[in-house]
Amino acid sequence: MMLEEFNQIGISERERQQAYRYHLRVCGAAGCLSCGSGELKEALEKEVDRQSMTGQVEVKSVGCLGLCTAGPLVQVEPGGVLYQQLHVSDATAVVASLASGPAAGLCCPTDQHFFSRQTKIVLENCGRIDPERIEEYIACQGYTALYRALRELTPREIIDEITASGLRGRGGAGYPTGLKWTTVSKAISENKFVICNGDEGDPGAFMDRSVLESDPHRVLEGMIIAGYATGAHTGFIYVRAEYPLAVKRLRKALSQAERLGILGKNIFNSGFGFDIQVRLGAGAFVCGEETALIASIEGRTGRPRSRPPYPAESGLKGYPTLINNVETLANIAPIIRHGGDWFSSIGTEKSKGTKVFALAGRVRNTGLIEVPMGTSLRDIVFEIGGGIPGNGTFKAVQTGGPSGGCVPAQYLDMPVDYESLAGVGSIMGSGGMIVMDQSSCMVDVARFFMEFCRTESCGKCLPCRVGTAQIHNILSRIASGFGRSADLAAVEELCDLVKNTSLCGLGQTAPNPVLSTLRYFREEYLSHIEGKRCLAGSCLVSSAREVL
Amino acid sequence: MERNGRDSSLSEEKFAIMAKDPRWRMVNRTIRQGGNQADALIETLHAVQDSFGFLDRESMEYVANALGVPFSLVYSVATFYHYFTLKPAGEHTCVVCLGTACYIGGSQAILEHIEEQTGIKPGETTGDGRFSLLIARCFGSCGLAPAAAFDGQVTGRLNPQSVVKRIWEWTGHDA
Repeated sequence: MMLEEFNQIGISERERQQAYRYHLRVCGAAGCLSCGSGELKEALEKEVDRQSMTGQVEVKSVGCLGLCTAGPLVQVEPGGVLYQQLHVSDATAVVASLASGPAAGLCCPTDQHFFSRQTKIVLENCGRIDPERIEEYIACQGYTALYRALRELTPREIIDEITASGLRGRGGAGYPTGLKWTTVSKAISENKFVICNGDEGDPGAFMDRSVLESDPHRVLEGMIIAGYATGAHTGFIYVRAEYPLAVKRLRKALSQAERLGILGKNIFNSGFGFDIQVRLGAGAFVCGEETALIASIEGRTGRPRSRPPYPAESGLKGYPTLINNVETLANIAPIIRHGGDWFSSIGTEKSKGTKVFALAGRVRNTGLIEVPMGTSLRDIVFEIGGGIPGNGTFKAVQTGGPSGGCVPAQYLDMPVDYESLAGVGSIMGSGGMIVMDQSSCMVDVARFFMEFCRTESCGKCLPCRVGTAQIHNILSRIASGFGRSADLAAVEELCDLVKNTSLCGLGQTAPNPVLSTLRYFREEYLSHIEGKRCLAGSCLVSSAREVL
Repeated sequence: MERNGRDSSLSEEKFAIMAKDPRWRMVNRTIRQGGNQADALIETLHAVQDSFGFLDRESMEYVANALGVPFSLVYSVATFYHYFTLKPAGEHTCVVCLGTACYIGGSQAILEHIEEQTGIKPGETTGDGRFSLLIARCFGSCGLAPAAAFDGQVTGRLNPQSVVKRIWEWTGHDA
């Protein structure tokens, strides 16, 4: 495709949109869909018809509008009025409001901090474009970074730009992306691969799902650029089978990109060719680990192997393989468009750019947010999140899922970046952020995560397989009121062993939730053991006492 | 479908009959798209489960034959991944999400109430085959916690009573 043809797609699409006077953007992400946004969209379309406004009003399904707790959401353009918790029966009022002004009682205030305190790079198109139409992505500068990369930049220049941006892996570990790309590009091999890790296995995390559902082309664009920069011609997107909508939209995006020649041979007449295939996960948390993920793509059981060699040297089928997380790849196109310096001006000294978080748990505004690195936890929980509902008291925020830890109230003013979170015994992780109030028992939370790791341990190495089971046994005993005074020392010893001797990241980080709760909430453990009492009143130990 | 196997547990005749079965069409297409290669094993098992609802011994033998891999490999993959099930589900299913947000939102109490009322545990089906109870690690619908999927439809902000009421609508509770 020539530049003129490509530009024409964006121009035609913008003209198509400008022909409408009003736009109703109905959130079509999984959260709102399960609150009935599908039916709502149909009702709005019928209503537009009934009020004879066809041709004036475009009703379209868009990606995540962010505030999941208020779903289903509908945004009106122009004006930006946001309607919340709509029922099919509200359709009449919403359509009527286009001419007469915002329908009172249905509006969701958009001047609240939830919206104003965010900075959107990865989510810039979320809630704005129809994820199932490539034209809309192109109309929002989509694939222009790819065009520039393929036609104007050398692989070296692209990698320099990514390195200058300071982008680090968004899957949790925070490895510098530029460095990873450099390693793969320098590897000499007749074949190389790019893998997008969409195996978002952390319970309580839905960032990658939302990005794939709301703006799939952005991830494809990042992958093709990564392929060009590293010398790979084949990519795989490994995505959870539990995310059927994301899989559907990805497949649709792939066939649209292939149809326009943005995937396939000789993309944009550059001579560079790239193909992408979708591979489904099958429900194994350990497959988020890169060597396990590769085994799974090869059709085998997802068991990690020891590293080195790292996948950058010997990965899929033994060839050099670049593995990046969904959110990492979603950052690539904006970096190429605006430059590495622009990206590195956002965030902190060592953590650049923004981070998408899935905010959930005991917090008023649950949903998907994107903030600059270095934003304080207090801002996230109390300003953007709106604080704890129902007069609750903040107790801790859990980051990093089963590999992370619980950060207590005394660190609320800490900036959220890779180093600070690691310093307090947690990790950035992929971006799940679960807020807990006084009703959550920390012993039970630690037991919950250990139960998860015990079940998800692949069984290959002994410390993880047996250690997680033993820690879980002791934690269950403590939680149910049968803890012994020597238990805490035993747990700590086991945690140390599992952390330092397990083969892969799953085992090495599995003790984190236990260690961090022991560090900050030791009195809760002691009260279960010595007083046979659960301070939060949520463990079975309390009901056992009542029975007695 | 070409027989590609070295596993002799499935007879030539049986394989030929199954290969012509229209229900296997989807599966055969997946196998062909994967170039009859062993690395399409997980994709193929997904296709089998989509077509039949679960993986039984016969279908795993068929896949082993078609891809030319030992039955033991198919079985190990099918049992390693939680998404695959070797048992048929009941007429209706309820999958309770036990992700972190749902857990601290009370999904454990929901699960216990269902167990109490139906007499089955996660992974089991009622005696009459009407209802199966399952659990999930996380739907990613954390904003709606606690959530569950009723016949695949995710519903949020549930409580023990509302969930059991939905289940009774399927099973016809006498109370």
